[in-house]
Amino acid sequence: MHATPKIAIINYGAGNLRSVEKAFEKIGHPALVTADAQVVAAADAVVLPGVGAARGTVDGLAARRLVDVIARTIARGTPFFGVCIGMQVLFQRSEEGHADCLGTLAGTVRKLPPGQKVPHMGWNQVEFAGSHPLFSGIPNRSNFYFVHSYYADPQDAAIVAGWTDYGIRFCSVAARGSLVATQFHPEKSGGVGLQIYANFVREVVGAATSPRHAV
Amino acid sequence: MLTKRIIPCLDVDRGRVVKGTSFVALRDAGDPAEMAALYDREGADELVLLDITASAEDRKTMIEAVRQVSEQVFIPLTVGGGIRTVEDISGMLLAGADKVSLNTAAVQHPQRITEGATRFGSQCIVVAIDAKRVGAGQWNVFTHGGRTATGKDAVAWAREAVDRGAGEILLTSMDEDGQQRGYDLALTRAISEAVTVPVIASGGAGTLEHFYDGLTSGKADAVLAASVFHYGTFRIAQVKEYLAGRGLPVRR
Repeated sequence: MHATPKIAIINYGAGNLRSVEKAFEKIGHPALVTADAQVVAAADAVVLPGVGAARGTVDGLAARRLVDVIARTIARGTPFFGVCIGMQVLFQRSEEGHADCLGTLAGTVRKLPPGQKVPHMGWNQVEFAGSHPLFSGIPNRSNFYFVHSYYADPQDAAIVAGWTDYGIRFCSVAARGSLVATQFHPEKSGGVGLQIYANFVREVVGAATSPRHAV
Repeated sequence: MLTKRIIPCLDVDRGRVVKGTSFVALRDAGDPAEMAALYDREGADELVLLDITASAEDRKTMIEAVRQVSEQVFIPLTVGGGIRTVEDISGMLLAGADKVSLNTAAVQHPQRITEGATRFGSQCIVVAIDAKRVGAGQWNVFTHGGRTATGKDAVAWAREAVDRGAGEILLTSMDEDGQQRGYDLALTRAISEAVTVPVIASGGAGTLEHFYDGLTSGKADAVLAASVFHYGTFRIAQVKEYLAGRGLPVRR
């Protein structure tokens, strides 16, 4: 047994971080909502939630001097979870407001194609691209809750862990090492969503903080 | 494939769910959190909490109800009724709502839609439209719970609301609401075809076929109902089973 991991939820001034916080409470791993770069740097795992627009999110992070600590945290291999806009801003740039993003992941965030209702709002299936520990115990093609008008288009197909169809087939889950990101909102996706967060804590954070795996 | 959403609506008066009393399984059918958890277990895709409280003092209890529901239920939650200012929107989001619906306030102060969308994102601004037939293929917008005629054309208002930043339209037919004769399909289709954002049809569901018709002929993205769920006429799972049997994608 090792100590309960310290999970930081980054607060950059967006609306409802509470729902992410409550989801972690529900799965028995209370997290700390913080805008403090030092707290983020000291955490065992970091969650970047997202609602709103890409530029506002990047600006909100920059204004709170959180951009560097996010980059360092991910580079160091600290488990990191980006949700919705929190996934999109990890890429290089977004067509939404032509925003420059954090550039942790290579690729562009693009507008969903016309011909369908936008935002893509509601429950849609995620087709797993392999067996990532994030999906442990969750049936393939389960429904998750989406609300977004833009989607991430990664340069490297190897980081795509899940696909979703909405006019086009887009990357709805990205994963690279201890970094995971979902376009859907696990905190709004009922039981399977809570399972995603529980898997993140147990499989991703657990693996990274376990002494056996310490470098 | 994106699934069609089935959304039960809870009418909340002074912090208590009104109507539904036929749920023998619940200790307290008037408790919003208990009702919400039940609907969640039964497969509701989202929940709408409508504050029908008359007095402003009692609205604080709504915030508490929203807080309690959002501690229990991890599906999207829309809160409507009496939301007028950006502070009202903020208060509901902080209490745990994912979306707020604006009705009278949006008509009286259309800039409120834009203010809310700019500050919190379009995805959490729902514009609720109460529409009444005034002629063939023509519907007007009513406010204040349907008591006040605005003279606005419903289709034009829906377009304007979306242009101003609404991320979703919650459309209620005042002619059909409570009648259980089915959604106003012509109205629903007219609005759904006029806007690029999702449309929730409301008002009139009385049979399983009505849900199907709203989603197909009406071209709605989601269907909302209150009475048939509250009084146990149908369970949500039963509606979904029926829709799936007729080939519509639903989450089960």
